[in-house]
Amino acid sequence: MENTQNRRRFLACGLSGATTAWIAANWPTALGAAQHAHNAMRSAAPARLEFFTSEMAAEIEAAAARIIPTTDTPGAREAGVVYFIDRSLTTFAKKDGELYKKGLQRLQAKTRELYPDVARFSAATPEQQDAVLRALDPGPLTSERPFRHRQGEPDFFERLREHVILGFLIDPDSDRRGNKDGVGWQAIGREREHLFRPPFGYYDGGYAGWNKEQTETEKR
Amino acid sequence: MTPDSMQFKTTEEVDFVIVGSGAAGGVLAKELSTNGFRVVVLEQGPRLSEKDFLHDEISVLQENLLTNHPDLQPTTFRKTTAEQAKVQRAIAYGRLVGGSSVHFTANYWRFHEVDFRERSRCGPVAGTGIADWPISYADLEPYYTKVEWEIGVSGLAGASPFDPPRSKPYPMPMLPVKSSGVLFERAGKKLGWHPFPTPMAILSQPRAGRGACVNCGFCWGYACEVGAKSSTLASVIPMAERTGRCEIRANSYVCRVDVDDSGRATGVIYFDGKKTIQKQRAKAVVVCANGAETPRLLLNSANKLFPNGLANSSGLIGKYLMFNSNARSVAVFEQPLNDYKGYAASRVIHDFYELDPQKVGFYGGGALDARFDVTPYYFALGYLPPDAPRWGTGFKEVLSHNYARTMQVHATGTSLPVETNSFSLDPDLKDAWGLPALRMTYKDHPDDIKLVTWMTERAMELLDTAGAKQKWTLPIAEQQFSVHLLGTCRMGDDPLTSVINPDHRTHDVKNLFLCDGSSVVTSGRGQPTMTIQALAYRAADRIRGLAKRGEIAA
Repeated sequence: MENTQNRRRFLACGLSGATTAWIAANWPTALGAAQHAHNAMRSAAPARLEFFTSEMAAEIEAAAARIIPTTDTPGAREAGVVYFIDRSLTTFAKKDGELYKKGLQRLQAKTRELYPDVARFSAATPEQQDAVLRALDPGPLTSERPFRHRQGEPDFFERLREHVILGFLIDPDSDRRGNKDGVGWQAIGREREHLFRPPFGYYDGGYAGWNKEQTETEKR
Repeated sequence: MTPDSMQFKTTEEVDFVIVGSGAAGGVLAKELSTNGFRVVVLEQGPRLSEKDFLHDEISVLQENLLTNHPDLQPTTFRKTTAEQAKVQRAIAYGRLVGGSSVHFTANYWRFHEVDFRERSRCGPVAGTGIADWPISYADLEPYYTKVEWEIGVSGLAGASPFDPPRSKPYPMPMLPVKSSGVLFERAGKKLGWHPFPTPMAILSQPRAGRGACVNCGFCWGYACEVGAKSSTLASVIPMAERTGRCEIRANSYVCRVDVDDSGRATGVIYFDGKKTIQKQRAKAVVVCANGAETPRLLLNSANKLFPNGLANSSGLIGKYLMFNSNARSVAVFEQPLNDYKGYAASRVIHDFYELDPQKVGFYGGGALDARFDVTPYYFALGYLPPDAPRWGTGFKEVLSHNYARTMQVHATGTSLPVETNSFSLDPDLKDAWGLPALRMTYKDHPDDIKLVTWMTERAMELLDTAGAKQKWTLPIAEQQFSVHLLGTCRMGDDPLTSVINPDHRTHDVKNLFLCDGSSVVTSGRGQPTMTIQALAYRAADRIRGLAKRGEIAA
């Protein structure tokens, strides 16, 4: 997979003149790279399914939309999470393909069990869908830590939940097809850029500067 | 295979072969090559460069782009020697040119004087092999300074009243404070403590052709796209290569140190990128493979002269493994901190570096720092309040509200050296090259758990004082995984109780040197890489002296 569009892309995100000057002063080799990144940016091709059938995708998309719903901000649907998962199952999560196929069967079986007159999960009401997912949710597992592989057999709902969150929040400039147009980051209040200058937040905005003596003064 | 079948241009023996190009190996490569020696560095991982360094959480944290892969190099774990070890990922380290210095967080405080004299200070601690180092802080001070100036460390000298004496200020000003640092600093001072700007191995100003930090926020676990993080890949390795006397040979996985009948190392045997066995001959071997892979290599190098592992007459190779105890408290504030911007930790407190065991009831000390170091996905999975919904509208609301308003206080501290905590060779499991896999045996000393629990109480006190709207502590459990791999080939004067001497020379093999996290005697209070690099600069000085005096070849 062509990765060049990722590189240096934080330079390619609409830099102001002041920032460009700051980069030129602080980062001598960067401007050529920024140009490279601009050139490498591709226009987004229409998404195409690589693993799911369109029927499977409709069910996954419906489930994803309950895990991260569309509210006053975009949700999993707008972030294109289903396309992210679709690509995941042919790349880094290839080994989860069977888990998804069986999981989709469980999803439909549980839907029919709880709502015999509903044809499929995606045709259920949001309230019904939530009830189906609650029935499949194994509940909190051990706390998640980076670098670690979870022990034991993977669970469909838990893996789906992880993938939906990952697809919502992945770097939108990666080629993973998630977080389309950065809507996931927008929803959680993360700016799309990868280059920031202080002040960063509310509390460092008014910082008076380092003053070592303050502790002693306050003690007295 | 004989040396005749090797595929290198240089079939002649080089002066030094260095195993590993990380924090220590990179420094030794630079120091030895710039002093006129011919050096080959064998790095098991690939050579990547800035164009490969992305902010993609999948490639970094799930596909192990930068780290050892648990499918290719599996490990086993057990808590005690009585247990059967189970296959479990026990360690992560940088597996590429530059090693873990590429993906570390870059906290760069120096160890304090007490760290080198803990046995004298506290006497024996039950259940431990706590010992003084054979060198002192004063011995290491010039080398700490060298690290700061050569690789590039930003900080403010004199800002901490607990800092040990230093001969020079930092070469660059401190990095900008973050909102987490301001909240931490104000609250810490209110409590009468002494927060100070964290020294970081990250450039606050352009230096030596490298760019300054752009505050992208992807430090912890990630490689720096702009070369601002002072990895050996960005700093000293290019200096070594410019000498024309140093070859960094990537994709070269060393499986054995070769020794002749007289007990001298003649070079190392390794798999090249095609899994073909090669031998690099050298007058001396320096192993800098990290606190896990260095003991593994020596144990895998056992032969008829050294049946228990090379240079293992003490029986201590792999033993006294230490991690640094640690715990995290998390808090949510009213206003956005946007702490995802910028490096991880902008303020630190060392008031608890030397706790009085009589008063607190355990041995050890620690540090607290103000940080935010998690990328978006791991934040969503691991850093929401314990009672937050795991999916649905409620989950999205908490995630969206908290992301910009959350900070952590990270407590790091002592791991006591316990002899049974160790790396050994798993009797059954092999890696993808057919080499015996690492088996970790580890159970925290009870004092380590007491220490982090106590430190966490201070962290919560601080967060309360800072005005946190909500705060909690991530569960404190016995450690079964680490990225700090320390103490497994400890330094000492006595060959019966240590593996290397103060020159980093193994007591048993005259032309075999070890330098990395395995060399340390005690764990410090966290953030060991600065000290590992100071040791590497010092080791290079000692080795150079021995070589010039003809005391290695003899």
